[in-house]
Amino acid sequence: MEALRPYEPKSRIAKWFEARLPVVGLVHSSFVAYPTPRNLNYWWTLGGILAFMLAVMIATGVVLAMHYVPDAGLAFNSVDSIMRDVNYGWLVRYIHSNGASMFFVAVYIHMFRGLYYGSYKSPREVLWILGVLLYLLMVTTAFLGYVLPWGQMSFWAATVITNLFSALPVVGEAITTWLWGGFAVEGPTLTRFFSLHYLLPFMIVGVVLLHIWALHVPGNNNPLGIKIKGRQDVVPFHPHYTSKDLFGLAVFMILTAWFVFYVPNYLVHPDNYIPANPLVTPTHIVPEWYFLPFYAVLRAIPSKLGGVIAFGGAIVVLFFIPWLDRSKVRSAKFRPLYRQFFWILVAVCIGLGYLGSQVAEGGYLIASRILTAYYFAHFLIIMPLVSWVEKPKPLPASISEPVLDEGKQAGAGQGKS
Amino acid sequence: MNYLVRLVCAAVRPVCPAWYALAAVAAGVLLVAPSASGQEAEPAAAAVDITLVDDHDEAEGGLPEYPLEIPDWQNWTFDGPFGTYNAAQLQRGLTVYRQVCGNCHGLERVAFRTLASESGPFMSEDQMRAVAAAYSIVDADTGERREGRPADYFPTPPFPSEPPDLSLMTKARGVGDGFRWILDLFTQYQEGGVDYVYALLTGYQQAPEDYELEPGVFYNPYFAAGEALSMPPPLRDGMSLYEDGTPETLEQYAADVGAFLMWSAEPTLVDRKRLGFQVMVFLIVFTGLAYLAKRQVWAKEH
Repeated sequence: MEALRPYEPKSRIAKWFEARLPVVGLVHSSFVAYPTPRNLNYWWTLGGILAFMLAVMIATGVVLAMHYVPDAGLAFNSVDSIMRDVNYGWLVRYIHSNGASMFFVAVYIHMFRGLYYGSYKSPREVLWILGVLLYLLMVTTAFLGYVLPWGQMSFWAATVITNLFSALPVVGEAITTWLWGGFAVEGPTLTRFFSLHYLLPFMIVGVVLLHIWALHVPGNNNPLGIKIKGRQDVVPFHPHYTSKDLFGLAVFMILTAWFVFYVPNYLVHPDNYIPANPLVTPTHIVPEWYFLPFYAVLRAIPSKLGGVIAFGGAIVVLFFIPWLDRSKVRSAKFRPLYRQFFWILVAVCIGLGYLGSQVAEGGYLIASRILTAYYFAHFLIIMPLVSWVEKPKPLPASISEPVLDEGKQAGAGQGKS
Repeated sequence: MNYLVRLVCAAVRPVCPAWYALAAVAAGVLLVAPSASGQEAEPAAAAVDITLVDDHDEAEGGLPEYPLEIPDWQNWTFDGPFGTYNAAQLQRGLTVYRQVCGNCHGLERVAFRTLASESGPFMSEDQMRAVAAAYSIVDADTGERREGRPADYFPTPPFPSEPPDLSLMTKARGVGDGFRWILDLFTQYQEGGVDYVYALLTGYQQAPEDYELEPGVFYNPYFAAGEALSMPPPLRDGMSLYEDGTPETLEQYAADVGAFLMWSAEPTLVDRKRLGFQVMVFLIVFTGLAYLAKRQVWAKEH
């Protein structure tokens, strides 16, 4: 196949340059001639979407930082002035604030995609771990960013979350004071949060490069979860997946534009349009939607330290998934039992998200305890057990076989329905 | 229909441990859910409250949820994907603000110059300057009082109890209504704040007989933080604020000042929706082309 050939510089200057820094060849082998399984579905377009969103967030963030003032007395007004006085400042800010949410929409789909198709299994463990690390960095960056407008929810979110560290034995108080830069959430806290909020995205870029590197060594997983057997199983990344990713991205952009232009404050808590006031506590302190499941886990445990451990554990457990799932079969398509538990996990996570938005008392509290227990049980008990008990369905011989079969069936007029 | 039945059957058929797990979780949730609606908090709940803020606990002491009444939806010229502000309405709203609200509430983020904005109140240059000049401003450089200029902002009146500034009020309030937020995403409902302002202004009423009203507060079931608030009913029918024959009713005043405050909180709304439409048209065409390109590329692979 012509398109799978490595890059060969044609002109003299290209040859000269390539001999000294083969970066064009690197890009070519990674994003043009890169052999990709031919059966990737649209769930695989989220990776490209995430890379695009990261670029959008950095671009809009750099512009916002030109106008933002990280000072407790001025921050709220500087954001308001971006919205009113800066040319298209409202657009840049709404893209940035809604973009954060869309970033999480994409990353959650991306993660569940990985869970469904077993993309964390050998030889992709490092790829998965880097992914969880990216998620952790994203969570931190998003939290830091949410504090910057210095509205009521910003302030109280910062108070609640930084206070969590004080639960740690011995070092807790010292860490909290260090995070605050004082003895409460105040000016110095905001300034350092701004600094870190600007730093972390570039660390994300670095880990993203490692993530792509770790992807391109073993190559893509695919919906069947079986290995590439030969040329007939692959297509060159460009134009096949550049065109498919572009279409997926365009659909995602429509969704993003819906939020940015028509419901830009839909995901924002109204209280964040009230300037931060340390003397007035909002009736219900709720985090942004993408933290709600973890917030439910945090509040489900009837002890502060226990809650913090569960809160952290809910993410840390993800690092160990490659070794908790013992099944040799990757794709849930051939794992009848695991597939059902997967969908229960999705439902449980959504349920935890809902409970995180409610007051932690009465039935809501008991429900979040049950779901929290189930969340951990899914990874620590069900995953190993299922891979033990389950009898997977037979795997197809190769990627190209079922793909071509499907093509034949469709050709013979036997649609999927 | 047949297809649906078959689909449901296919989904239910594989009875296996996963379904028992799901049933157990669901049963657990269902069993305890009814007590969720109960007002009394479990003793354990206070200990679990992770917000770590002592005065927060007060809100969970079995008090009813506020507001008592959920604001009704109003029809606004600026709702929906093609919504725009009505300049005449915003100008009337400005009048209500200046004559009534502005006696106590500030509007400190709104500059006089913006009153001339084409997509806002659209006042003439002279009208806008006249509004500015009617205010006395403490000059930031000299520290002396002078007439307001277009570049100045609405001053905050020196009212002792410091009522909240109104600049962002219609974005800083919102009342949830069960699961309606799911629907709101599709109906593009972003007027929760202004509906709240309207409901509050028109919602003052006689307190129920069994309700003991403290002196100095006024009963209003739409108030977000209690049954009553210390702001007396600011508007009533026939206050003779308008000169153009617009009906001088409480509802009209409340709608006009609500619209004005929506503009003061979101002055770029019209530009946003206009640009949004252009972007949407572009994106939909672009998506269509991207799809055709993708099909073209993949045509020979199947």
